[in-house]
Amino acid sequence: MIEPLIDFTTAPDRYRHWTLDIDGSTAILTMAVDPAAGLRDDYELKTNSYDLGVDIELHDAVQRLRFEHPGVNVVVVTGGLDKIFCAGANIQMLAGASHGHKVNFCKFTNETRNGIEDATANSRQTWIAAVNGTAAGGGYELALACDEILLIDDKSSAVSLPEIPLLAVLPGTGGLTRVVEKRHVRRDLADAFSTRTEGIRGKTAVEWGLVDHIAPASTWDDLIAERIAARAAESDRPSGGAGIELSPLDRTMTDDSLAYTTVAVTIDRPTGSATFSIQAPEGAQPATGDELVAAGADAWMLRTVRELDDAILHLRFNETGIGTWVFRTAGESDAVAQAEAVLSADADHWAVRETRLFWARTLERLDVSARSLVTVVEPGSCFVGTLAELVLVADRSFMLEGSWEDLDDPPPPASIRLTEASLGWYPMPNALTRLRTRFWGRDDAYEKATAVVGKDLLANDATEAELVTFTPDDLDWEDELRITLEERNSFSPDALTGMEANYRFVGPETMKTKIFSRLSAWQNWIFQRPNAVGPDGALQRFGTGSRPDYDKNRV
Amino acid sequence: MAAVDINAKIPNNVDLAGDRRLQRALEQWQPKFVRWWEELGPAAFARNPVYLRTAIDVGQEGWANFGHVEMPDYRWGIFLSDREKDRKIAFGDHKGEDVWQEVPGEYRSDLRRLIVVQGDTEPASVEQQRKLSLTAPSLYDMRNLFQVNVEEGRHLWAMVYLLHGYFGRDGRDEADEMLERHSGDADNPRILGAFNEETPDWLSFFMFTYFTDRDGKYQLASLRESAFDPLSRTCEFMLKEEAHHMFVGASGVGRVVQRTAELIREHDTDDIHQYGGINLDVLQKYINFHYSVSLDLFGSETSTNAANYFASGLKGRFQEERRDDDHLLKSVYRTVPDWTESGIGAREVTQLAALNETLRDDYSEDCQKGVDRWNRALEEAGINFTFRLANTSFNRKVGTFRDHHMSPDGKPISDAEWEANMDRWLPSDSDRAHVLSLMTGVSEPGKMAGWVAPPSRGIHQKPVDYEYVRV
Repeated sequence: MIEPLIDFTTAPDRYRHWTLDIDGSTAILTMAVDPAAGLRDDYELKTNSYDLGVDIELHDAVQRLRFEHPGVNVVVVTGGLDKIFCAGANIQMLAGASHGHKVNFCKFTNETRNGIEDATANSRQTWIAAVNGTAAGGGYELALACDEILLIDDKSSAVSLPEIPLLAVLPGTGGLTRVVEKRHVRRDLADAFSTRTEGIRGKTAVEWGLVDHIAPASTWDDLIAERIAARAAESDRPSGGAGIELSPLDRTMTDDSLAYTTVAVTIDRPTGSATFSIQAPEGAQPATGDELVAAGADAWMLRTVRELDDAILHLRFNETGIGTWVFRTAGESDAVAQAEAVLSADADHWAVRETRLFWARTLERLDVSARSLVTVVEPGSCFVGTLAELVLVADRSFMLEGSWEDLDDPPPPASIRLTEASLGWYPMPNALTRLRTRFWGRDDAYEKATAVVGKDLLANDATEAELVTFTPDDLDWEDELRITLEERNSFSPDALTGMEANYRFVGPETMKTKIFSRLSAWQNWIFQRPNAVGPDGALQRFGTGSRPDYDKNRV
Repeated sequence: MAAVDINAKIPNNVDLAGDRRLQRALEQWQPKFVRWWEELGPAAFARNPVYLRTAIDVGQEGWANFGHVEMPDYRWGIFLSDREKDRKIAFGDHKGEDVWQEVPGEYRSDLRRLIVVQGDTEPASVEQQRKLSLTAPSLYDMRNLFQVNVEEGRHLWAMVYLLHGYFGRDGRDEADEMLERHSGDADNPRILGAFNEETPDWLSFFMFTYFTDRDGKYQLASLRESAFDPLSRTCEFMLKEEAHHMFVGASGVGRVVQRTAELIREHDTDDIHQYGGINLDVLQKYINFHYSVSLDLFGSETSTNAANYFASGLKGRFQEERRDDDHLLKSVYRTVPDWTESGIGAREVTQLAALNETLRDDYSEDCQKGVDRWNRALEEAGINFTFRLANTSFNRKVGTFRDHHMSPDGKPISDAEWEANMDRWLPSDSDRAHVLSLMTGVSEPGKMAGWVAPPSRGIHQKPVDYEYVRV
């Protein structure tokens, strides 16, 4: 099946499925999915069921709320249809989607849900789900991503995870994980809940811990208002003031390239690789949070991360055959350091905080991308601070030792420079920094690496500090890179995905690592099995009136 | 180093003077090689001028330059046969595509492994033969030994060139390790088992050059077919030199047979060991041993590695392009021997799976030719004895017959039968002791030890009594 090109850029005035109303410090995000506006035309998005297009708008709203509305401290997400909050992912859409698309879709949806939790926890923009009708499957999972769940007590609206009894798959967007890990629902109740098609209503839902508050229709609005007031009081966001408008991205796309203002991507199909090139800023960058707001989406730190994020999503969905991503940078190291300085100097400013959090989320996207990541450090590059995280995110990194000796006037050798950015700004899904993760269980090595923070490290120093993998000199350089890309391209992409996910996340499990590595591994397996996707499986039989026919053997 | 100097020091046709990477790699490796040669190369006459052939070019004129040279000053060079224009891959999944001038990343590890295994045998045999110069039966033979040794050295250079030129840092590390592994070193042995046994005497040396170097010929010939063009061209040139090694073996064994025949007639008895010769049955036992050990070097009857190498285009068959089949071998079949209780059975497998066996068949056929020549010499001398190659199931340590005793004519036998007959089929301790007792060095020009006949002619039109080694 040829999937249509998927574009992740949108804006509220183009939303088909959501409306965003701002009322002082409160935002109301209302879901009313247009059944005819699905990404493909072989399904209808009935009863507030969603596909990727719906989630792209949600993702856009989450981002804009953080940047464009500094004064908003509570976001209420609610349903815009009668008796229905959200019916979850559209089943016909899932039944007709390729396996790869399903996996990618789930991953992106998970990332958006994580972004909602991140907004609550770190942007202090608290999300409340006002579940004013039935929330089934992905619909309840959306509510689970919010910090509070209010459920209308109308004797019919229920929360449910009916994936197992109805569809023979898992609630794959963090549903079960959040039920037990975040809401601390007892395991036996979680079992009862997840196998009950009709779900749980009213008082029982509160008793089991599935929702926080209930109210009948008559006092429903009061409950919402009360909860908004309570949560707003906890926030440290500014009261009003100008936001940063996320203006449309300046993007040029060809068959084999993608060009923004500081980020460019070129695709090399024979080696199945894409090279990301990031250009250092030219000219002065904001030094304070207020200057950052004034510079808006043009500020290099924000512009770059927006472009990088969009490029990652584009490649993930639209270039699935490009299995290796190569990262390069070019420009003045000091210019990058100067641009980044504001993130440290004015750390309490809301816009600074948002910029950092954006980078953290985007770097996390790389951590969970099913691609081989290779970072290449050459003379003229600028892997400093935030950009140095691209060295640490890589599955393999190459740094040129020395310079281009054949040139009449060889440039100075490549260097990398760690900053404070690597010491806590950008946690991975395992809640550790990339540096901690790299040296898991090796405190000496961690100390050695942190001791060189702020220093320009040449290849030997970087090897000594264990920050790069290989440091060929100019004689071996081209060959080593070529062979690495060719070799990578010859391996099974499935095995590579498994291998990379296997070693990327050492250390403790977190809700995120469970969702991304454990749950998605199980879900992927289930999604491949005949019991779900075979001709007699649940996804195919759903809605046909005939029951699925399962192979009863436990595997 | 100036281009002229480097080309004089290391004769080559790979533009060494213009290749900075290769130069630097070789500059680091070459002193290690010289050190290795001095420590583990020939134990005696190491500093005597030897009448050696040196390749300074691949053409008719250049590849065989003769003159006296002290071995440590030998100019080990790097030569590839001329590039064949528009050469295409002749077999496997890439058949019909252009050959590769660079190593494809996908096959880097496999190609490196093939080159390392081949390369490792070259210095190994120098190490195995290092003490033989002490007991050379003539200056002519000593010179031949040294010629073989320096050429094995050059073959090492050829493989090191590929590792240095095409495999980056990994290649350089592997090149170093080829000098760090030593034949028979318990901690750091050579890769293939057969190359960890010392060559104890000159009869073994002749047998080794006849049988084991012939395995090398077939391995090189199948690598000569490789889609990786620099490997192909390297092996093609090595094959030229390998031919000399097999000449040393074929003529060496032939001269022993001739001398034995002379002694039999002179003393009118088959048992001439008391007259300082080697009995025909002992020669047969040495043939049995060296032939069977060399058969093992080809590997198991069926091999997925060999199939992968073929399908990927890394290693073909002997004279691949002359063969009349699809060169894919996935749907053509052949039988391979298979051990059964009642004897040698057969099972049918794809030719792709049976590449080792096919190469072994080619090898065996080639081995038979020398045996026929030796038999003709016996016949002409009026001696009623025929040398035979043992059945390929005999004395095998690799493949289907590995765990089973088989007689030289290919019958399954019991452990007891094997024990009772072993010394009739393979050199016994006393056979080896007798052969060893004959090994005394002869270093007067033109003189031969009593167990071997003189060659029919000398080297490069020089007389047999020429001072091939200045002692």
